[in-house]
Amino acid sequence: MKKLILGALVAVSSFAYTINGTGASFPYPVYKQWIKSYYDQTGNRVNYTPTGSGTGIKEVALRHVDFGGSDKPLPPKVLKKAKLYQFPTLVGGIALSYNIPGVDNLKLSEAAIEGIVLGSIVYWDNPLIVKYNKNAKLPHKKIIFVHRSDKSGTTFNFTYYLSKMSSIWRRHYGARKLINWPTDAQGRGIAGKGNFGVSAAIKTNEYSIGYVDYADAKKNSLKMATIENKGHFVTPTPKNFAIGAAYAGFDAKKDFYKIIAYPKKGYPIIAATFILVPKEKVNKDKEVTAFFDYAYKNDAVASKLGYIPLPASVKAQVRKYWEEKGISPSK
Amino acid sequence: MRLLVNKVVLFLSTLSAVIGLVFLFWILITLTIKGLSSINFYIFTHDLVNNGLRNLLIGQFVLALIAVVIGVPIGMIAGIYLQEYSFGNKYAEFIRNLSDVMMSAPSIVIGTFVYAIIVNPIGHQSGWAGAIALAIMMIPIVVRTTDDMLGLVPKELREAGVAIGAPKYKVIIDIIIKAAKVGIMTGILLAFARIVGETAPLLFTSGNSEYFTLNLNEVFPSLTVAIYNLATMPDANLVKIAWAGAFILTLFVLIVNLLGRYIIKDKK
Amino acid sequence: MEALFKKVSALSATLILFLLTGIFVVLFIYAKPAIKEYGLHFLVDPRWGVEVSQNQNSVNNTANTSNQVATLQDSPQIVDSDTIDSDDDAIDTDNDLAADEDSDIAVNDDDIAAATTDTDIGSSTSNIKVVYGGLIPIVGTVLSTILAMAFAVPIAMGIAVFLSEIAPPFISKPVGIAIELLAAIPSIIYGMWGLFYFGPLISSIFGGGSVSLLVAGMVLAVMIIPFMASLTRDSMNTTPNVLKESAYAMGATKFEVIKDVIFPYAKKGIIGSMILALGRALGETMAVAFVIGGVFNFPHKLTDPTVSIPVVLANNFAESSGMSLHALFYLALILFVISFMVISFAKFYFLRDKE
Repeated sequence: MKKLILGALVAVSSFAYTINGTGASFPYPVYKQWIKSYYDQTGNRVNYTPTGSGTGIKEVALRHVDFGGSDKPLPPKVLKKAKLYQFPTLVGGIALSYNIPGVDNLKLSEAAIEGIVLGSIVYWDNPLIVKYNKNAKLPHKKIIFVHRSDKSGTTFNFTYYLSKMSSIWRRHYGARKLINWPTDAQGRGIAGKGNFGVSAAIKTNEYSIGYVDYADAKKNSLKMATIENKGHFVTPTPKNFAIGAAYAGFDAKKDFYKIIAYPKKGYPIIAATFILVPKEKVNKDKEVTAFFDYAYKNDAVASKLGYIPLPASVKAQVRKYWEEKGISPSK
Repeated sequence: MRLLVNKVVLFLSTLSAVIGLVFLFWILITLTIKGLSSINFYIFTHDLVNNGLRNLLIGQFVLALIAVVIGVPIGMIAGIYLQEYSFGNKYAEFIRNLSDVMMSAPSIVIGTFVYAIIVNPIGHQSGWAGAIALAIMMIPIVVRTTDDMLGLVPKELREAGVAIGAPKYKVIIDIIIKAAKVGIMTGILLAFARIVGETAPLLFTSGNSEYFTLNLNEVFPSLTVAIYNLATMPDANLVKIAWAGAFILTLFVLIVNLLGRYIIKDKK
Repeated sequence: MEALFKKVSALSATLILFLLTGIFVVLFIYAKPAIKEYGLHFLVDPRWGVEVSQNQNSVNNTANTSNQVATLQDSPQIVDSDTIDSDDDAIDTDNDLAADEDSDIAVNDDDIAAATTDTDIGSSTSNIKVVYGGLIPIVGTVLSTILAMAFAVPIAMGIAVFLSEIAPPFISKPVGIAIELLAAIPSIIYGMWGLFYFGPLISSIFGGGSVSLLVAGMVLAVMIIPFMASLTRDSMNTTPNVLKESAYAMGATKFEVIKDVIFPYAKKGIIGSMILALGRALGETMAVAFVIGGVFNFPHKLTDPTVSIPVVLANNFAESSGMSLHALFYLALILFVISFMVISFAKFYFLRDKE
């Protein structure tokens, strides 16, 4: 109650400001919660329009918005040219969700994953898959691979993981937001629009497997595969995502330009999402950092929704970065 | 034989009406079930920031109102011009074709156009840009329906008006429009229904606002953008709000529809 | 007063002309780099976002295997395990995956274009050129629209006849309003309904996936029926009673009256309603994006997933910049041209004997 009065007083005292952002839709559920509690606490308004990482980058570069959200970080050279600062806010896990009647606890080795995405493994009872799933009744059915139909940061982060994990994939496909998947050419591909569409497709198609962000997989109660990371099998759980995030290797000197997929330990398919702000709008930037500073202190809500808060060490790095750039929240 | 054909055709047409209704009810029932279960007093008294719909409902209404105020007169008057003042004229024919083509423009294109001519120069999103985008989407529908409905008015009516010495514009306003008013109103209502369900034109122009505001110079709340954003989120609470919003939206159009038909009836 | 009214209405019409030309011009400006780059070949090129090597002399791995890239990505043959194995033999001597050795991973540069608003970036920074071609979405647009119209026209006409001639007022009024309501449902709701309820039903009847060209065509049909039905009904209702009555007096059946009296009289309105519906079907974005499948392939049968122009726009627009964005606008321009041609043809053919 006191908080409410305080908030109202603050709002009325017209020190309340509004900041507008746009960009990646991946973190929107969490940002929305942060926006609400921040508003209750301080009366300051934050608007975020989830349109997509590309639009986020575009709009903040054009200074149409106060901050932009992107699942794909920009390299320091580009940030310098566009005069932007960059820092991460959240981490998310990408699960390989599958729908095989009667099969739970699917374990996939790196070789198996490589084969599935490249299209060289066609049937579920392929030896490479059976090898680690001796107890499962894997049928002689074709694997249906579900992927995104729209350009997506999730696809980018997943294919980045594939590029680091598989040299064949790296040579032929690389990391992109939109891929012509080999399984499509074989007639074994289905595409869904958004993580939502991919989840729906996996749910309604037996013998399918696809990559979908953890929050959506959890919400739709999809089965998620345990995945090999350099010899160890790791389950897709927030704890293991966090372990992976700890090995992220963010470097403030490089404006946190790091795609964190395939860390040394922990669950290998993880991704971070970033915020970009214009260099010259120092006062607005301070308002933006004030919001995210508050968010960092209150990111337990992220875990509830299936996202991973930044490790404490990274948050400290970010706060130092803000200080160096002169955009720390005003006291 | 002829009677048999007659019976068959009438049966088929009733059958198609039934098929159409089946789909209609299927969607409406789905919408009602999912929407009704999330409706409560709360969403009408809280804004999006608190997981309510209040600011979105008001915002959508404002945007739609402005769009109608801008789009309907322009569309109707242009339709009148095409039908009454420029019959057979090549210029008119060209405008007609262009207007029809505009109807098929993916709403993203309209959004991009308005973004290019309004958002870009001004430097940020605004409610005005969104309303104008919606108006642009309405215009071709209103033009075509006004054009056609006026065209269906029998020649005799026009000639009668001229015969009693009335100037053309009076003939148009008092006689012809009255005769075609049901059809024209249908066109307006359809155009309104169309824009009220559109997201893409607003996504890049008026954006998403979590708060109650009537300031059209800033990011402005709209129900459709919110539904689009929330419906596919992995947060079950947000999805529920989206369905509630869609349900209310459809109800809103129903009410406007009834109102529109009633207004026309009255003037008889 | 008369002159004023006439001028105002002419002004209004001219304003519309400006708007439409403006849209066309903006589209053209944004599409120009893609038009310059790909020319008319864009219309028949089935590749989208495929990387091809320009420079045959380049020695780095990416260039060497880029021909295979092109083949792998757009070849319809099955990639059998033999091909993959031989690639393993030719493994490059890249050092293993050290944590910060990320620079050798080919990363799409579009977002750099977004940040630097440098619209020509991408092709100039490397020997790799990205090819875009619109053949598949063009085919998808045409097919889905034809399907939608094929389903919608008979049903909509049937509904209009029912509402206008058969049903008593206490049925036709509420049913009429109900049909119009269909036009109000946000297209994303159609998309979700199609994805979760309608699509699986269609796939259980006709086979194939729960998202496909067929599902998209049918969902589109449901979306455009209200336009056609309502406006056709209204056009039919404008037929003067005297005409109908004299036909009945001569012994015509209801069907014959509809066929020979009402439809010809109301033809203009009916065709007009079809054009409106056609426009909607050509340009519908969100609903189709959810149910057409989004796979950038030709549909070999009706139940295959594919794409259409608005779907490609919807899927890629928010994330695109640089040349891929220009290619999208090129597609939008093509849609404009297609719809112009189709609508002009339809009007010419059906309204030939206009007074």
